[in-house]
Amino acid sequence: METIWIGGVVGGGLIGLSAVLLLLFNGRITGVSGIVGALLLHKLSHDGLWRIMFVIGLLCGAGIYLVVQGDLPMQMQTSRSMLIVAGLLVGFGTRLGSGCTSGHGVCGIARRSKRSITATLVFIGVAMLTVYTTRAIGL
Amino acid sequence: MKNNFISLLSGILFGLGLAVSEMVNPARVIGFLDITGNWDPTLAFVMGSALMITAPLFPVILRRSHPLFADTFSLPDKTLLDKKLIFGACLFGLGWGIAGLCPGPSIAALVTLSPNVIIFVLAMLAGYWLENYAERFMSH
Repeated sequence: METIWIGGVVGGGLIGLSAVLLLLFNGRITGVSGIVGALLLHKLSHDGLWRIMFVIGLLCGAGIYLVVQGDLPMQMQTSRSMLIVAGLLVGFGTRLGSGCTSGHGVCGIARRSKRSITATLVFIGVAMLTVYTTRAIGL
Repeated sequence: MKNNFISLLSGILFGLGLAVSEMVNPARVIGFLDITGNWDPTLAFVMGSALMITAPLFPVILRRSHPLFADTFSLPDKTLLDKKLIFGACLFGLGWGIAGLCPGPSIAALVTLSPNVIIFVLAMLAGYWLENYAERFMSH
C-alpha cells in the first residue's frame, strides 16, 4: 500500500515538471487533448513539429518504463463496445470543453483559470457519478 | 530546434510520470472515481503532487515577458464560463467514468500495443473529428 502512493507522488512530480518545462521554455500549455487534437484537425504549420515531438516523447516515456519494469499493467474495466462509446465521448467532450485532465487539471488550475477549475470539478464529479451509477446497475 | 528538444523531453517526463503513477491503468483511475467502493486515493496524490509544482511556478514563469525559447506565451484566451465548457466537461466525465482512460494515459498506453487501447484511441480521434465537424456545421 505504501509504495502505491509513493508512485503517485513521484509520477505526479514528473508530470508537474514536464508542464513547467514546456511553459518556461516554449510558452506552451501541456494539454494532451489540445496537442493531439490540433495534430489531427489542423494542417501542420511551422509550429506543428513541437506537438509531434511531445507525442513521441509521451510514447518514449511510457516505453522506457515498459522496458525497465518489463510490464505496464492495464486492466480494462469495461467491454470493447463500451470502450468505443467512451472514446467518442472523451474525444468529443475534451474538444468541446477545451481540455482534459492535463490542460485543465494540472495547468489550468495552476494558472488560477476559472474555466479550468470549473471544468475539472465538473468532469471529476460526472465521472464519479458515472462510476457510481454503472456499479449500482451492475454494468 | 531547441524548443522541439524541450517538447520531446517534456513528453518523456509526462509519459514516465503517467507510467510510474500507474495512471495508465484504468483500474487505478476507476478505483479513485469509485468513492463509495474500495477507494484508491492515488489519482489525488498524482494531481496534488503535480499541482504542488505547477501552482507556485506557473505565476512566476508567466511574470516573464516571454518564454526562454519562444517569442510569446501561447495561452488560452477564453475567460468566460460558457455552456460549451460545461457540456464538454460533462461528456468527457461520462466517457472517463466508463473507461477510466483520458487522452494522456490512453496515448501513452499505445506502447503496450493492446488492441483495446488502440480501439479507444481511434474512437477518441473520431470524437475529435466529430466535434470539429459539429462546430463547423453549427456555425453555418
